[in-house]
Formats: sequence, structure tokens, C-alpha cells
Amino acid sequence: MNEKLTLSYEVPADDFTRAGEASGSVKGMLKKMGVAPDIVRRVAIAMYEGEINMVIHAHGGTINVTISPEEIEMVLKDEGPGIEDIELALQPGFSTAPDNIRALGFGAGMGLLNMKKNSDEMVIDSTVGVGTTVTMKVYIK
Amino acid sequence: MTVKEFINLGIFEIVSEGSNPDRKITVPYCCDLLSIAMGRMPAGAAWVTVMSNVNTLAVASLTDAALIILAEGSVMSDEAVSKAKEKGITVLAAKLPVFEAALRVYKELNA
Repeated sequence: MNEKLTLSYEVPADDFTRAGEASGSVKGMLKKMGVAPDIVRRVAIAMYEGEINMVIHAHGGTINVTISPEEIEMVLKDEGPGIEDIELALQPGFSTAPDNIRALGFGAGMGLLNMKKNSDEMVIDSTVGVGTTVTMKVYIK
Repeated sequence: MTVKEFINLGIFEIVSEGSNPDRKITVPYCCDLLSIAMGRMPAGAAWVTVMSNVNTLAVASLTDAALIILAEGSVMSDEAVSKAKEKGITVLAAKLPVFEAALRVYKELNA
């Protein structure tokens, strides 16, 4: 694996039955490439949490994943409402998920934290009323 | 203990047999909040939960759980059962409460 591989996914709005398809696909791809299981798991968790956030809060969006020999970069972009207070959103247990989402088992206020914990770098760029772009990197070496 | 050996004990009802019978079960794990399970569930876990929607399947798959055990008589929709079968995920079910179901797993793993 010497070249970069780029994968693009559309995350559908409000469709929980399809959330996880993009992260599942990336997970399968990394496994086939022989990437270490703990790295694969971290990418899968970080990306799924991001995907779910896009479905819950942002009417879907796009995810671009670039796999290089050194790292896996995930760029999650949406045109949702944006995050008012990023520091607060990163507090464990803080959640703005509505009741119907909580009934599905989400809304524990751990999503962004799981993303941060499982990536080596995470940058959140968000403007209220415009959208959010989250860039995460997981190092392979 | 492998998934197949565990299923063969006949303690729980089979909802979806799964496609990885030789997978080793490492530990029972209990949690219904998907993001907490996502962040903390160890690989190879027998995940005991009452949460039975398709997202439970996604979390189990992404975290490399060995199997899902639906406790408290929790029932999966036909759509979710089809998805579990399609993805090869082992799902069992029990009327037992979460703690007792997990305790049965623990006892069998440590027998």
C-alpha cells in the first residue's frame, strides 16, 4: 500500500437503519488491507459516532476517507445547524439529542468524546447556521 | 469458549446463528446506551442488552462483539433479524433480566 486511497460516502438524513454502512465499509476495507485490528476498531468507532451525529443533528452529509500508509484521515462535513459551544459539546454526558433518539439508545453524551478518544487528531470546525466539519486522523505508524 | 459451544449449551433462544461459530467469547458486557457500549465494550464480548434495534447490530459489528444476547424478553423486529442474518451476527434471546443473563455467561466462561 504505497498510494493514497480515497473513499467518499453520502450519509442520508434521518435514516438510522443505514447509519453505520459507511463505517462498516471502511472497516471491511481496512481489514482486507491488513491494517492492525486495534487501528481498524478505532477508525470504525470514531467514524460511526460521527455518522450517527450527522444523522441525528445535521440532516446527513458527506464523509471522505483517505487511507495512506501513514494514517487514515476522515473528513465529515455537514450543512446542519452547527455546534454552539464545542467545549460544552465535548463534556461527557452533555447531549442535545431529542427523546425519540434517546429511545433508540443514543444521546448518552459520549459521541464526540468517543471520536476524540479513538482518533490521534481531531479538529472541529463549526459555524452556527452554516454547518460542521470534523476532521479526524488515526495514525497507522 | 466459542460462540458455537455457547449456543450448543441451549441456555438462550437462537434469533440469528451468525457466521463466525469459532469466534472466542472473551467476557460478558452489559450496557443499553449505544455510545457507552461503543466506547467501552471489549472485543469478543457477549453483549447483554435490552436494546434490540438495527443500531445495536451496527455497534456489535463495529466493536467486534462475539454475540448479542437480548435480555428481559426484548424482541428484535423482522427487519433487524434479517439484517443480523445478512451480516452474519449471532443474536440470542432470553426472558432473564440483564444481570442474570450476564451471570449465566460469566459462569459458563469460568466453569
